[in-house]
Amino acid sequence: MSDASASPDLERSQGIERIRDRTYGGFFVVCALITVLTTIAIFLTLLSDSVAFFSEVSIADFLTGLHWSPNPTGGGSDFGAVPLFVGTLVVTATAAFVALPIGTLTAIYLSEYATPRARSILKPMLEVLAGIPTVVYGYFALVYVTPALKATLFPSISTFNALSASLMVGIMTIPMVSSISEDAMSAVPDELRQAGYGLGATKFEVSTGIVVPAAISGIASSYILAISRAIGETMVVVVAMGAQANLPAVRDGLAGIPYVHPGDVLLDPGMTMTVAMVQIAGGDLTGGSLPYDAMFALGLTLFAVTLVMNVVSDLVANRYREEY
Amino acid sequence: MATNGKADTSSEEETETIISTAIETGESRDRGPTESPRTVVTARDLDVYYGQERALDGVDIEIPENRVTAIIGPSGCGKSTFLRCINRMNDGIDACRVDGELRFHGTDVYDQGIDPVALRRKIGMVFQKPNPFPKSIYDNVAYGLRVQGRAGEVDLDAAVERALRSAALWDEVKDQLDSSGLDLSGGQQQRLCIARAIAPDPEVILMDEPASALDPIATAKVEDLIDDLAEEYTVVIVTHNMQQAARISDRTAVFLTGGELVEFDDTAKVFENPDHDRVEDYITGKFG
Repeated sequence: MSDASASPDLERSQGIERIRDRTYGGFFVVCALITVLTTIAIFLTLLSDSVAFFSEVSIADFLTGLHWSPNPTGGGSDFGAVPLFVGTLVVTATAAFVALPIGTLTAIYLSEYATPRARSILKPMLEVLAGIPTVVYGYFALVYVTPALKATLFPSISTFNALSASLMVGIMTIPMVSSISEDAMSAVPDELRQAGYGLGATKFEVSTGIVVPAAISGIASSYILAISRAIGETMVVVVAMGAQANLPAVRDGLAGIPYVHPGDVLLDPGMTMTVAMVQIAGGDLTGGSLPYDAMFALGLTLFAVTLVMNVVSDLVANRYREEY
Repeated sequence: MATNGKADTSSEEETETIISTAIETGESRDRGPTESPRTVVTARDLDVYYGQERALDGVDIEIPENRVTAIIGPSGCGKSTFLRCINRMNDGIDACRVDGELRFHGTDVYDQGIDPVALRRKIGMVFQKPNPFPKSIYDNVAYGLRVQGRAGEVDLDAAVERALRSAALWDEVKDQLDSSGLDLSGGQQQRLCIARAIAPDPEVILMDEPASALDPIATAKVEDLIDDLAEEYTVVIVTHNMQQAARISDRTAVFLTGGELVEFDDTAKVFENPDHDRVEDYITGKFG
């Protein structure tokens, strides 16, 4: 069709352009590798120091022991982590009790009920809530929430206690639940709502019976992420919960059935796994001492728990994902 | 099947042939000798605005009971708007304003005291795109009865079966009532949506281009179904497809640009001998 002289120049360019293009690609790969390598390095560090720890303290003693009293100067330490597990569980459960319902209902309001104007004001405010440094929540719990609880509902509450710390962790994680759940609900196609209204459903029935079930995978992921966050939360509990690795007293109930009074758990100081790590790290430790290694064993345990939660979150999201 | 192509793409002669064939072979209009059926929905001087823009302009219409009324017209002529006025589905659009009168059995639908939820229980709806809920087939069909608080009064299993039979879907899904409605094919999904709309036994079924997202075979099934539905229900159907209107409807309303109802008459009359030149131009494909 065309002359040889008019044939287009399709030769691969050899010069600076090609080198530059390759350099860009390499730069992006390096950036991506930094995060991956950091994760791997953290995991290996946790693992190696934990191995050192578990060569001296058996895994069974660590997981089932009832006394936690690491002695930074060495000697006479107990490394039973059950009090820390209990403290972590109490904070997580109480925080979830606050964050999941309030977060879900907030998401339903924002996605289904709020006018565009109300949503445009409220959503950024919620996101600000998520951006407040956690230490501020901690001091708020210590300086306002605990005195308020003491003055009203619980006169016997300790200055440092699990309840106000847990409530603050709960409030802190509301935006996480509401924001991700709201995204999931907003992604439900409008045709489904129309179908519901067309069948004589009320707004409430459409929101709870159609939109929420259709968005359930996103809502469940938000729950799991919020719970992971509460498990790993450090500053609020360090500041407001105190640092006493106590187990609550077991009391004798009716007919001699032993029970734990919730007040003993919530109104008294306690210690979570994260607080225990901060406490150890705050002492004068020499690398390689047993308490130092204990910190990594706790870190590895937390890492394992949150990793499992994230994997479960992904599985749930995939399992219940609906293609509308 | 006379569905060779849509009017938009056929030439004028083809369109006329198809329409006259459809009218000659159509059996849908032999719906008994009743001379003047009761009127179910009446509009008088109905105007609808979206913000400043007028979508419907002084519409007067009387929709007969147990008949299929087709609404045709070019894009943007207000036919879907009119359909959605009947069961107040436009309420969800903030900018939408309705003037004039729209009566359902003599009751003003836009009266202050009317609950749109109660109205929609009498006037069901089928949408353009099949939109089953991400629930089981059974739960999809039972949804209307459940939200209307009637699941305890009626035999739910029987009601679901009856609705699926009426929608000509029972034989295809009777062994998989627990599987998701989303697992069905597009045509089956649309018949599921029709079953869902008729399960609570409304009086009127509004259909907004119910076959436009379906292939020709699924379309034929839905059209047969609409014909059967008119035995028990009043059907109002918006369609882009003039052959479809000719095949399945008893009365045809032609809306033209500007939201005006230009002609409303027996379907055969509208297609064979319309009163208005503009309608004739539209039907024969000279514009639109």
